[in-house]
Amino acid sequence: MNAVKSLGAEASLAWRFSLGMLLALAATAASAASDAQQLRTRALAATCAQCHGTDGVAVQGEAMTRLAGMPKDFMLTQLLAFRTGQRSATVMHQITRGYSQEQLQEVAQYFSTRK
Amino acid sequence: MKNTFKDLSGRRRLLQGMGRVGVLAAAGAPLGWLAGCATAGGGSRAQVVVVGGGFGGATVAKYIRLFSNQGISVTLVEPNKAFISCPISNLVLSGTSTMADITTPYNGLTGRHGVRMVHDTVVSIDAAKREVRLAGGSSLSYDKLVLSPGIDMMWKNIEGLQAANASGQILHAWKAGAETVALRAQLEAMPNGGTYAITIPEGPYRCPPGPYERASVVAAYFKRAKPRSKVLILDANPDVTSKGALFKKAWAELYPGMLEYRGQHKAVAVDARTKTVKFEVNEDVRADVLNVLPYMRAGDLAVNAGLANANARWCHVNFLNFESTAAKNVHVIGDSIQVAPGMPKSGHMANSQAKVTAAAIVAELKGWEINPQPMLANVCMSFVDDAQVVHVASVHEYVPAQKTFLAVAGSGGVSNARSELEGTYARSWAKNIWSDALL
Repeated sequence: MNAVKSLGAEASLAWRFSLGMLLALAATAASAASDAQQLRTRALAATCAQCHGTDGVAVQGEAMTRLAGMPKDFMLTQLLAFRTGQRSATVMHQITRGYSQEQLQEVAQYFSTRK
Repeated sequence: MKNTFKDLSGRRRLLQGMGRVGVLAAAGAPLGWLAGCATAGGGSRAQVVVVGGGFGGATVAKYIRLFSNQGISVTLVEPNKAFISCPISNLVLSGTSTMADITTPYNGLTGRHGVRMVHDTVVSIDAAKREVRLAGGSSLSYDKLVLSPGIDMMWKNIEGLQAANASGQILHAWKAGAETVALRAQLEAMPNGGTYAITIPEGPYRCPPGPYERASVVAAYFKRAKPRSKVLILDANPDVTSKGALFKKAWAELYPGMLEYRGQHKAVAVDARTKTVKFEVNEDVRADVLNVLPYMRAGDLAVNAGLANANARWCHVNFLNFESTAAKNVHVIGDSIQVAPGMPKSGHMANSQAKVTAAAIVAELKGWEINPQPMLANVCMSFVDDAQVVHVASVHEYVPAQKTFLAVAGSGGVSNARSELEGTYARSWAKNIWSDALL
């Protein structure tokens, strides 16, 4: 009887623990999905870095704008203004027309979080 | 107390039952490290070996470190102690930049990003054993190998050129470095009233607008320093291959009577003694400074490793991750690849490809799906005199149905007109891309 009780308690514990493990695994999987998405965003934003610096940190004293820490809405407005031609540019109108509005939003969001 | 013990023992058995994956996952290790991270040499971290420290190689080394949050070990094999940039090197020829200006050390990659630098040359690749052998005698194991070997020359297409180049008489200076310095010296030594001639091979070659930029800035130098001199462009292509209208307008307005362009001039032989170039159909041309650009192909390493499977000249890759179609876990980026439509062989493009490759390798090693729709961008800026610049820009998206990159419709284009503002941007671009690749 004791043995059964003991087994039952252990089984219950085991069940509770495995549930915990599953939740932990699910959390890890969700975190992996989020990390994978973050990687794609970083790679997309990296297409700006040749001119604007790694992670938007342009070389100091140079002509290209620093994007790191730029407020998201301001940056998106500028990118869309380049795209429509409302804001004149040498190159940026040609570059922004290569990206969807969602992609421009994604990079604007990303750079706003950089320091 | 008894309960606690029971609890622990139950938990221990459970953990044993679930195996190592569960333990580590619960401890917070990313699943992908376990699923996709077979490591070479019994080490605990995935190993990436990058060969070639140019725009492609330096960038991919740095970005694998960044994108993996320093979780993947990266070794960069490069014989040179510092990076010398081809972009801006034409300004060294015209005397408005110095070799120091275009040189960046590798210590940013090692010090700031933890890239392991090996100053050596890869002599062979064993793709089955995932190992590269170095000239120094040692070997490096890898999980992923990235080759960015740039270009090497097809000397045989122009008779006499290899010997003339080896003797230092006829230079190409199409890899920035010692030849850049030597060609500058030839231009400085040329008398006022002399002729500088540059011959251009049929495409594809490294940096499509580069020869036209070079001719332009050499003309700018002559205008300043030896105004009776001439610049001759002898192009195997039927017409200017990049930014044609902008270059021609600049030549007509800035260098009338000084710079002459001749299309459909396919060089087939040179005579170093008489400084003469022979063409397939046109008459011979003699010049005081002869700058002959050889036909180009993928770097020797890629060719010798059997990766140049496009006309035995360039390397076919899977454009999703730039993996060679000839060898698994071997990626090729930069000027060595068989390009997609409208994709130039440029430093900017090599840097863009490096980032797509870095992201794909990190994803793969972590067991994540590779981004099915990566993006590339390119901007090529060309000086037409000491200060004014024209550009060509493009944005490329991966098109799954065609398994290649295509320029996004409606994007890209060229300058409206040459300008000093773009000249400022061009110098700024150079500093930023050098920093993005190396610092």
